[in-house]
Amino acid sequence: MSAILPPSERLWWKHPLDRVEGTWIFIALVWCLLMFVMMVGWHIYGRQNLSTETYRTNPEQFSAKTQAMVDKYTVRTETAEKIPVVHPPAGSDVYLIARLWNWWPIIELEKDKTYRLHLTSMDYNHGFSLQPTNINIQVVPGFEHVVNVTPNQSGQFSVVCNEYCGINHHTMVGRMYVK
Amino acid sequence: MSTATYRATGPLPAGSTGPSGVTYRTCPRSGLQFEGQAEKLMIVNAVTAVVMLLIGGILAIGVVLTRWPAVHWLAADTFYQVLTAHGIDMLIFWIIFFEVAVLYFCSSTLLRCRIATPKLAWLAYALMLIGAITNNYAVFDGGSSVMMTSYVPMMAAPSFYLGLILFAVGALIACFVFFGTLVVAKRDKTYQGSVPLVTFGAITAAIIAVFTITSGAIILIPTFLMSIGVVKSVDPLVYRTIWWAFGHSSQQINVAAHISIWYAVAAIAFGAKPMSERVSRGAFLLYIFFLQLASAHHLLADPGVSTAWKVVNTSYFMYFAVLASMIHGLTIPGAIEVAQRQKGYTKGLFEWLRKAPWGNPVFSGVFISLIGFGFLGGISGVMMGTEQLNMIIHNTIYVPGHFHATVVVGTTLSFMALTYFLIPVLFRREMIAPGLARLQPYLFGLSMYFFCLVMMGAGTLGVSRRHWDMAFSGAALAYEWPGAAYLMMGLVGIAGIAAIVGGAIYIYVTVGSLLWGKRLDRGSVSHNFTPIPPTPAGAAVQTYGSAGFAAPGTFVLAMVFLTAFVLYYFINWKYLSQVWGLS
Repeated sequence: MSAILPPSERLWWKHPLDRVEGTWIFIALVWCLLMFVMMVGWHIYGRQNLSTETYRTNPEQFSAKTQAMVDKYTVRTETAEKIPVVHPPAGSDVYLIARLWNWWPIIELEKDKTYRLHLTSMDYNHGFSLQPTNINIQVVPGFEHVVNVTPNQSGQFSVVCNEYCGINHHTMVGRMYVK
Repeated sequence: MSTATYRATGPLPAGSTGPSGVTYRTCPRSGLQFEGQAEKLMIVNAVTAVVMLLIGGILAIGVVLTRWPAVHWLAADTFYQVLTAHGIDMLIFWIIFFEVAVLYFCSSTLLRCRIATPKLAWLAYALMLIGAITNNYAVFDGGSSVMMTSYVPMMAAPSFYLGLILFAVGALIACFVFFGTLVVAKRDKTYQGSVPLVTFGAITAAIIAVFTITSGAIILIPTFLMSIGVVKSVDPLVYRTIWWAFGHSSQQINVAAHISIWYAVAAIAFGAKPMSERVSRGAFLLYIFFLQLASAHHLLADPGVSTAWKVVNTSYFMYFAVLASMIHGLTIPGAIEVAQRQKGYTKGLFEWLRKAPWGNPVFSGVFISLIGFGFLGGISGVMMGTEQLNMIIHNTIYVPGHFHATVVVGTTLSFMALTYFLIPVLFRREMIAPGLARLQPYLFGLSMYFFCLVMMGAGTLGVSRRHWDMAFSGAALAYEWPGAAYLMMGLVGIAGIAAIVGGAIYIYVTVGSLLWGKRLDRGSVSHNFTPIPPTPAGAAVQTYGSAGFAAPGTFVLAMVFLTAFVLYYFINWKYLSQVWGLS
């Protein structure tokens, strides 16, 4: 009977399927499995998979590593705040600090070279949103996330913070260059 | 549905007299039977829900007019405060208060029994109300602008967490009152055989709710203790993992609840029978098993979570919950089509749909909700929930674009449609301004469609969610969004205002009818319940699935849906394949 009344047959689970329903369930199931295979398959054949390499860290430790990189590879500074622009060698470890309310330092990479980009936050959650290519990664305090990145375009990129982090959240924008 | 089906035919069975003071009213308009206490509880919970919707709706004006770049109305601190309150009042308080009313309706009213432990149900309501007020007070007091998610270590005032915990405990008690009411109905033999499909769906919602609310309590209690200095710290990643078992799962309660309402409205407006009880109930069962895994959607861009964990959970273990939604998406319009064809609307593929009661807001609301939930909310949800595609969507305004399609077009619009049915039936008032009510689902639903689409458009261009200023004023290294992103956000503003007007009409019609609508006849009141008469089996069997395609029009609609789904899915993969290499 009606959906707001008890089913008229006690053994409702024995009712035959209508052909419309049976056909649709089959098609939908095939599509669901295909989507599952696609996701797994992209890990094998695709070139955009998020690394899961993660370490526990703390602000002192991560700051020290970042400072060492800045001391070694700074090529110039930008803006009135003299933000260092760092040009590390291809394949090396690159550290990017997220903190209230900036990304530090500015990083200069080379096109088609792979880098180990280390991300963490010094305080709250932040969001690494690389524009205009549009790659978005969560940055969580206490966890050092190592992402292997291979820029495929050259130019100037911005790192927008897209996780709410307080009153000046909208001023938290960093920069990357790809040569 | 004829009222005759509700009238008991035989003599009352022994034991039908409830505890003293319990009365049952049979509504002369619907034939539904309301027990006195249950009726009061439903009214109070539903009215409180609408008040929360009103508050959330007023706050929406601030959110929309600030994100509209040309207007950019509120200051940053007010904006984040308003956004926090808007999220919590809408996603938690409006929806869960209404859902408690729906749970009592699906148990006490549909099963025609008294509500179990009414005193506890009132306690549940009181806790929820105190919790909601406490939480709102904390947010409006300032110092708790932490967004609905309140990710640690960013801290809100202790009363922020306390309010949510009290609300959660109240909601949990309400779920157990619902389960208790099922036991009362079974013991008093108010029905025979199995519970109705709609009640089955409500049970699904309640089971999910227990899991959800418990998760919320598990993570918010230590966070509350942290806010008063008892606990030193809560791990940020553990917080995110468990919080989302509450945050995402609470939206799964909504899915189960509003799909139950769709089935109910199909039955009420058309007398539609489920195409197959087995299929529809099986789909609800898939929800219970797999829907909860989706909280992983929020952790796909996080560190410290393994690939296997992400893939298995984000896909609801091979998309079995998506399968369930696709089934409901077919069986509900399918049941309507079958019912309409039996009435003689058999011309072509779509006469049944053309001749549907489009002027009845109960039906039009549900149908607009169903289509929008599937095409906009469902498809975009799968995109975001695909591990790799998530990287081009995570935390962009695409995300609120998606969940306004599920929670506003899906849940809120369904609740609005159900309200139009309940005004004469439960509240016993004649609806004021029926012309406005007829227009409301179209204005609200279709402007929300557009709102969601342009939000997703802006998100595809990378625009951030929860962001005060897309011009980045004051930033040392500002980024300039493309002009198209500004255009999209302008359209978000216009569509948002149109939707708010639609919401205001709903509040006006609902509250106005309660205050000024003509009082309607109570119907007969008795101290005894009238059990649901058994349906003769022989007559009903033929009404189940028939040979051949019983609902060809619906099948065509389903194939259109699938085509859109497949195309959009691969467009997103194409987009992903062009971004930087990541490994």
